[in-house]
Order: sequence, then structure tokens, then C-alpha cells
Amino acid sequence: MTDAALVIEDLSAGYGDGVVLRDLSLSIPKGQITAIIGANASGKSTLLRAMSRLLAPRTGRVLLDGHAVHSMAPRRVARRIGLLPQTPVAPEGITVLDLVSRGRHPHQGAFGRWRREDEEAVADALSITATSDLADRFVEDLSGGQRQRVWVAMALAQRTDILLLDEPTTFLDINHQVEVLDLLADLKDARGTTIVMVLHDLNLAARYGDLLIAMVTGRIARRGPPRDVLDEEMLEQVFRLRARVMADPVTGKPMMIPLGRHSQGHAIP
Amino acid sequence: MIASPELRAVRAEARRRRRLVLALLSTMVLGVIGLSLCVGHSFVPPGAVIAALTGAADGGEAFTIRVLRAPRAVLACLAGMCFGMGGAAFQTLLRNPLASPDIIGISAGASAAAVWCIVVLGLSGMAVSVAAVTAGLGVAALIYVLAWRGGTAGTRLILVGIGISAMLQSFIAYVLTQAPSWSLLEALRWMTGSLNAAQIDQAMPLAVALAVFGGVLFALRRDLETMRMGDDTAAGLGVAIDRVRAIVICAATALVAFATAAAGPVAFVAFLSGPIAARLAYRGGSILVPAALTGAALVLLADFAGQVLLPTRYPVGIVTGMLGAPYLVLLIVRDNRRGTSL
Repeated sequence: MTDAALVIEDLSAGYGDGVVLRDLSLSIPKGQITAIIGANASGKSTLLRAMSRLLAPRTGRVLLDGHAVHSMAPRRVARRIGLLPQTPVAPEGITVLDLVSRGRHPHQGAFGRWRREDEEAVADALSITATSDLADRFVEDLSGGQRQRVWVAMALAQRTDILLLDEPTTFLDINHQVEVLDLLADLKDARGTTIVMVLHDLNLAARYGDLLIAMVTGRIARRGPPRDVLDEEMLEQVFRLRARVMADPVTGKPMMIPLGRHSQGHAIP
Repeated sequence: MIASPELRAVRAEARRRRRLVLALLSTMVLGVIGLSLCVGHSFVPPGAVIAALTGAADGGEAFTIRVLRAPRAVLACLAGMCFGMGGAAFQTLLRNPLASPDIIGISAGASAAAVWCIVVLGLSGMAVSVAAVTAGLGVAALIYVLAWRGGTAGTRLILVGIGISAMLQSFIAYVLTQAPSWSLLEALRWMTGSLNAAQIDQAMPLAVALAVFGGVLFALRRDLETMRMGDDTAAGLGVAIDRVRAIVICAATALVAFATAAAGPVAFVAFLSGPIAARLAYRGGSILVPAALTGAALVLLADFAGQVLLPTRYPVGIVTGMLGAPYLVLLIVRDNRRGTSL
């Protein structure tokens, strides 16, 4: 068993009167990629928000090195845990360089002096995400794929050892999806960054995740390495989807193919 | 890793632009102050103005400068800065140029309280300012309760604010008609804002308010900028969003209320300064200071125009109103087509 980067104990959380997460316990392994999957409204994003201190728990707690994140100062948490929300807003008229530089916010003192290490972290984040050439461009002028890389760069500039991403590949073409996920896998390998992400694409989740967590109505239905989680029974239980699961011919990891009503090939005469 | 020369060049360019805009706006403010000291009913040459201000000269001309023109210019400058900075803080926080305190009723609340204190209770000075600030905060709290949805100002908040503003305007009109000595000038002051009969002792509370609350906003400008990227992103970057939001609302309301207590709700200055500053300055950084300078320039220029350039003398609020109203219409038309941010 590897060390845990984050430990979640008996967590319940929700919005208003609704409870989204119920008595959830989980530990996130250090230096690995954890992919959270589940149907819409199963509590995936809520779990991510609770982990990153954005949502206060009703009961239970989230521990970072033995301290409850919700009682830590926001800045201190932000130096350890980076978060890329599902729909970040790029302020109008901001350059790529300045947006990525904002990742340094939690590291800056009251007077916001820009230090050498800040500049290095930003230059580094731009180069890893191949966005250095875009530095002086306005974020609103970029393509969807470029923009997502810039957001990832901002999260990288934060230089945290834990990175939480809510659907980092949404709205991206498949080539850009793979690009972003490769980038995250590189980060894990090169720096030992712990990555937790919500992913919609189950095959990509199985390919890139070391650990899969399948959620149903605020609870964890299954967890484990992809080959123990992505199977036909789980798909039926979690997604109410009939599907076939087989080993992907390239990596040997599980891969699923949905069986719709038209999958026999002769539904349409 | 390397901190490449290219990155440094991009940063230097942004910094250069920023300084240029600040220098330009400051020059403009100082220029209009100079102009309004020299030019009025009569022309006083710059040398004589300086002599009057330093106390080296006496007589009618010096009286005009020291007692009439200088207090007016100082008050215009300070009120403009308070309106500009307070307005831009609201617009930035709520990510909507329409969410300015003079549109959503916060200025009207401050104004109503000031009118009531002066006309009905016969108060003056600090008591009026305190009442104005309290009422402004009250309106902000009311709008918060009625229309807040997760930090962004949708149409709902704007409409609720406009409704509250309209009710407060009619309250002001009612109180003014009840006044024992009803005067058109007094009425105009509390309905559109005016610098007539400005006195130098009005400037002190305003200067203190600007130093304290403007200082608070300035200290929070990076957090406020970070919140433009959405609450979740800002929280992820370590901004204590609830605390910052509460402090910004209180400080910005206080700025606008103090200015309103001194000069009346000078129409649309809070609303216009931010967007104008945003067009001039680079938007990658905070616009609070450029907006404060823009506000000062707007009030000074509008008052100068109202006093000297136009055929009849108009109070400053009428002139800023003529500038602001078309922009308001434009924004509402544009807002119907797409979501806007400052």
C-alpha cells in the first residue's frame, strides 16, 4: 500500500438541503492518477470540490498530512492542492502569460513581490504545456485545445504536489484530449504529482488512471485498478449500460464497447 | 528552468502600458484641476492662482480661488475617485458592468438617508455621512438577500437593484417636497449630484474615507482580480472568497456612500469609470486605481463643462447623466445578446 496523499473520512456534503455525498471514505494514493467515473449527478464534481476545500463537509473530514483541509488557511491549502474547475472563466483581455502567472497567487506575500522562483515556475509551466509561444496572446483568441492547455499551465504554475481536475478534457477534440492526459501522466512520472480527475470517457479513464473510482448517487460503487473496476457488471450497475469489455490491443487495459439497441448490425434493414 | 527574455519582454510591455495609462490619467486630472482653478466666471492667471493658494495674495481674486474654486475642485476630485473606485470594485466583483452601485440602488440608498437626515432631522457633517454609509450597506444587504446567486450578477440582481433604486428616488423626491425651505438647487443635489456650495471642510471626511476604504480595496486588488476567474478557480488559488467578497462590498459601499453624502449621487460616475478605465488600461491587472483616476477626471471635467463650457450653468450630475445614459442603454441592449463582464 502506497502512502495516501489525501484521506477522506466519513464525508457527507451537499448544497442547500440536498445531500450529494453520503458517508464516503477514501484514500487517494500518493504519486498516482486517480480517475473518478460515474453517471451525471453521481457526486463526482462534488467529491472533487469537497477535497479541495471549496465545499465544507456536513460530517467527516478530508485530511492532508493529518490536518483537516477545511480548518487550514486557504492559501496554505492552495500551496499543496491545485484545482482546475470544470468551467474556469478567463477574464476578458488577459494574456496567456498573466493568466498562467496567476497560478502563483498562493505563493505570493502581502506585497505580491514577483520573485525569481515565480518566474521559473511560470516559464516551466508554459514549456511543459507547449504554450510558451502563446505567452503574449490574449486567452480569448485561442482555440479550445490551446485554452485548456493554458488552464493546465496555470494549475502547474501553482506547483502543488496534488492536482485535482474536473473533466479536463471536456470540449476538446480527441487528439487534444490525449495530449492533455499525456501531459498529466508525464507530470506524474517526472514529479510524482498526485492527480485526481473526473473523466467522462471510460476508456481514457482506464488507460490513464492507476486507480478508478466509480460513483453512484454519492457513494463509491467500486474502486481499484482499472481491470478490477471496468467490467460489464459495473457498467450495468453504475451507468445502466449493457456493454462488452475487452482488453485493449495496445496496452492490455480494459476497454469497453457499449451495446446499444442497434449493435447487432442488422437493426436497420 | 529558464526565465526567458521573451517572457520578460511581454511583462515589460504590460508594465509600460500600465504606467503610461496611469501617467496619462494623472496628468489629465491635474490638468483639469488647474483649468478649473484658472477659468470660471473670470480668468485668473496661473501665477495668481498659486499666489492665492499659498496665501501670498489677498483680495477678491484670492477669495474666489481659496473659497470658491479650490474647495470645489478638491471635492470633485475626491468624490470622483471614491465613485470610480467603488463602482469598479462592484463591477469587478460581480463580473457585470451593470452591477454598479449607482444602477443597483446603493447610491440612491445613501442619498435617501442623507436627504432625510438633512431635511427632516436637521443634521449635518459626519452624522450625515454615517447615515449614508449605513443606508448604502442596508441596500446592499437587501439586494444580497433578494437576488444573490453565487456571486455573479445576473439580470435578476440588476432588475431588483433598479427597482429598489426607483423606489428610493421617489422617496427622495417625497422628502424634498416636505422640506421646509424647498429649493431647486438642493433638490438637484440629492437627485443627480452637484458640487454647488462646496466647502473645504466637506473634503476631510472624504479624504479619510478614500484613504481607509480605498486602501482596503487596494490591498485586496489581487484577490479581487483572481475572483474574475470564477469563485472555484479563485478558491483553488487560495482566495478566501466569502471574506474578500464581504470586505469588498462593505468598503466599496462606504466609498460610494461617503462621496454621495458630500456631493450627492453624481449620476453614472461609478458606472462609467470602470468600463472607461478598462478600455484604456491593460485588463490583465487590477483597474481600481485607473478607475479612481478616471472617476476624478470625469467629475472634474463634467463640473467644468457644466460651469463654464455650456450656455447655462448645470450641476455636475446633469452633465455626467447626459454622458452615462446612452452608455447604459447600449449596455442593456448588448447584455440582452450575450453575457457581459467588465
